[in-house]
Amino acid sequence: MGPTLDFLTLLPYVSELLKGLTTTVILTVVTTLTGLALAVVVAYMRANAQPWVRWGLGGYVELTRNTPFIVQLFFIFFGLPGLGIKIDAITAAFIAMTLNLAAYSAEILRAGISATAKGQLEAGRALGMTTLQSYRHVVLVPAFARVYPALISQSIIVMLGSAVVSQISVFDLTYAANFIQSRNFRSFEVYLLITLIYLLLAFGMRRSFMLVGKRVFAYQQGEQR
Amino acid sequence: MTLVCVDNVHKAFGDLEVLKGINLSVAQGEVVAIIGRSGSGKSTLLRCLNQLEKHDSGQITIADKKLDAASMSPKELSENVGMVFQSFNLFPHKTVGENVCLAPIVVRGEGKADVEKIAHEVLEKVGLSDKYDAYPAQLSGGQQQRVAIARALAMRPKVMLCDEVTSALDPELVGEVLRVLETLAAEGMTLILVTHEMSFARDVADRVVFMHEGRIHEEGAPGELFAAPQTAELKQFISAVL
Repeated sequence: MGPTLDFLTLLPYVSELLKGLTTTVILTVVTTLTGLALAVVVAYMRANAQPWVRWGLGGYVELTRNTPFIVQLFFIFFGLPGLGIKIDAITAAFIAMTLNLAAYSAEILRAGISATAKGQLEAGRALGMTTLQSYRHVVLVPAFARVYPALISQSIIVMLGSAVVSQISVFDLTYAANFIQSRNFRSFEVYLLITLIYLLLAFGMRRSFMLVGKRVFAYQQGEQR
Repeated sequence: MTLVCVDNVHKAFGDLEVLKGINLSVAQGEVVAIIGRSGSGKSTLLRCLNQLEKHDSGQITIADKKLDAASMSPKELSENVGMVFQSFNLFPHKTVGENVCLAPIVVRGEGKADVEKIAHEVLEKVGLSDKYDAYPAQLSGGQQQRVAIARALAMRPKVMLCDEVTSALDPELVGEVLRVLETLAAEGMTLILVTHEMSFARDVADRVVFMHEGRIHEEGAPGELFAAPQTAELKQFISAVL
């Protein structure tokens, strides 16, 4: 008996797939927003806060960028209860993904901020703005514009990496696939299907980012470079 | 009436002493042009006047108020001193109108409607009221620099500092910026300009200050200074640039 493809075998599991997909989408949308917001704070503080704060944040960024995501996730979910901090699986997933995206994005943003001319900060200061006001009104948008493509890629990497949260029993898309193939033994079909779904999610994310960027960075149109 | 008073100001970057005891007083409404070779300390002096560089010793006062972080807040400083830069430094993501309105709203906390009215006035003054909604990238260099002047004016400073404001411009655009400065001077604005435009210094400035190796080497009315320089260094400088 040769192998036959039968996607109809997945039909009874549509609701599991939808549940998993919903979880993955919500996780991604929320952590992309919280992760990028946290990245802005970290990038700002690493440039302007007290030395010991910079030091601590530098430690966080390097620790996150130089250890596997799954280990970070396990540490938060399985390790922290050892300190008496108990977190449910989905919250652990949110925290791990946010911290991960924020660490990478803070480094990317830092490059964007330092590439935004010193002259812009000086112009802000000459107009009486505090450093915080200058960052908020003057530096942030051009810095984001400069590193936007890298931030898009990083956010997509974290979305794809979210497949790992199935390992701590979060019912995401990958968890749904594992669950289904353990029932119907149709692993080829189900993994092919979620591969396509992840691919579409990544394309969709890139597209949405581009649309947002087109609006927010509209000032760049007609700029001579 | 003395508006700006610089008293024995020193500034060093590491081992390099850039300002070696500067004394300068500028009267209300006076136009002072600072000239000199690059590296003579003119830009540093200007930047000390709005504390983009902090001077090491000596004292700077503006309208009898000491100018240092302890006695003057950034907000107060910006209401006393405006600055226009060589490279414009307009905010690229904001329209011309937003560039002009930002600091009065954010720093002074003024109402949007009032600020917009002022923005239209100052843009009118620099001849760019029709560019209110344009982005900086859509303007020529000369127009950008005029917006930068309007942006500084919107804070209604007592004195304007101009740091080689025409040096980054194509030659045919220099005139429109200098004409705006001339108008300001005629209206009684106190101006301190670092400039390489000797003819402008001669025609518009009330006083020309020649800096050499971190000191004020020679100063005087432009007519006398350019016609009969007293020191060898100024003679040499004038013959090199004219």
